Amino acid sequence: MSVKEIRVPGDEQQFLQLKSGDRVLITGTLYTARDAAHKRMIETLEAGGELPISLDGQVIYYVGPTPAKPGRVIGSAGPTTSGRMDKYTPRLLELGLKGMIGKGRRNQDVRDAIVKHKAVYFAAVGGAAALIARSIKSSEVIAYEDLGTEAIHRLQVEKFPAIVVNDAYGGDLYEQGERQYRIDES
Amino acid sequence: MREVSYQQIVSAVKDMCIQANYNLGDDTLKAFREALKQEESETGKDVLNQLIENAQIASSEQVPMCQDTGMAVFIVELGQDCHITGGSLYDAINQGIREGYGDGYLRQSVVKDPLDRKNTGDNTPGVVHIELVEGDRCTIHMAAKGFGSENMSRLQMLKPADGLEGVKQFILETVKLAGPNACPPMVVGVGIGGTFEKAAYLAKKSLFREVGERNPRPDLAELEQDLIEQINKLGIGPQGMGGRTTALDVHIETFATHIAGLPVAVNINCHATRHKTAVL
Ligand code: SF4
Repeated sequence: MSVKEIRVPGDEQQFLQLKSGDRVLITGTLYTARDAAHKRMIETLEAGGELPISLDGQVIYYVGPTPAKPGRVIGSAGPTTSGRMDKYTPRLLELGLKGMIGKGRRNQDVRDAIVKHKAVYFAAVGGAAALIARSIKSSEVIAYEDLGTEAIHRLQVEKFPAIVVNDAYGGDLYEQGERQYRIDES
Repeated sequence: MREVSYQQIVSAVKDMCIQANYNLGDDTLKAFREALKQEESETGKDVLNQLIENAQIASSEQVPMCQDTGMAVFIVELGQDCHITGGSLYDAINQGIREGYGDGYLRQSVVKDPLDRKNTGDNTPGVVHIELVEGDRCTIHMAAKGFGSENMSRLQMLKPADGLEGVKQFILETVKLAGPNACPPMVVGVGIGGTFEKAAYLAKKSLFREVGERNPRPDLAELEQDLIEQINKLGIGPQGMGGRTTALDVHIETFATHIAGLPVAVNINCHATRHKTAVL
């Protein structure tokens, strides 16, 4: 199976060439955000405020790493369950966000918004946190520091391993994969 | 009466918290390797290989295999001739968690109150179950329970008329609903019988078994085997991306129940099956 490489942030074209099931290596900048940071971003927008990061062409990684051991850039850093962010994601896609990395199913609203805004939902391998951390070359808090592990971090990544679950054309790897390998009892 | 000190318990618990999170058991690694032989999906194989590599990195670099280092759950088999000295057993366990999660650079994932949700900052308290047993030993089983899979667990009070078929259906349905969210390949813990809370406890307890260890009762062992096969026909596969390996194992525990009831609890564990035992 071929592996595609992309750079983030990137233009729409780059995300449009990705199809569900593709294995991808991501290089560039990712922002981290999970429940609490999402909640605060949406509240800020609702109050008419500005976000602390530009989402244009960006990818958000749903992660809450373990504390870094001395001398390390980051602790173990695998994906968390994405469904908890479903409520907030369509609004961020409207603002130019092009991708999310997490694990697990997205709801219909998010899948529709991914198609509408020509974005991509990637999964990283849940539980492969020590392996994934190797592709993270730097990490700094850039907003919401008070949220601790949930603060927004800017990560520089090199060949971060991900798999495309939902593509801009409505493809869904979780559905396709299950259908392909299910053995029906008759 | 044999004595076990507060301090002995603190150090044993601390050690287990760290070891469980850094070193995946050989039972699970063996199950990954066997699954790899059966797996037909390329993506599935890729995922299994990543999991094996991840476990190797975690143990050689002494870092947590997963960033969700879990809520610490304990089953203590306390001998009735064992006397704990120097403090309370619960305090000792919590102190062990505090030291293990702190010194081991594990994530603090516990909030003090389920509603106001402020982090306790030291991953305490743990969930502690105590079983009084014969003898003078204090055996502590520890598990680090991640919530990606815990959240996909379910319990249902079936009717006796639903029978074995009903039980199987409920288990399969729970696995389907869990799908990619529970980080498959998973270990499925099942408790059948007892009361509402007993069924849930049995399901949790079954997850402390080694992967590959069958229930000693031949009929239940057969049922476990049958369910493993049925679950692996669902097609969910590693990480839910399609494939043959959805469950590494199914563990069933049973208990007597009421003439009017058939409680069934399914506690899902992800592939990060982190548990350790210390005998004091
Ligand atoms: S479900 Fe398990 S493997 Fe997946 S992120 Fe949670 S603890 Fe880690």
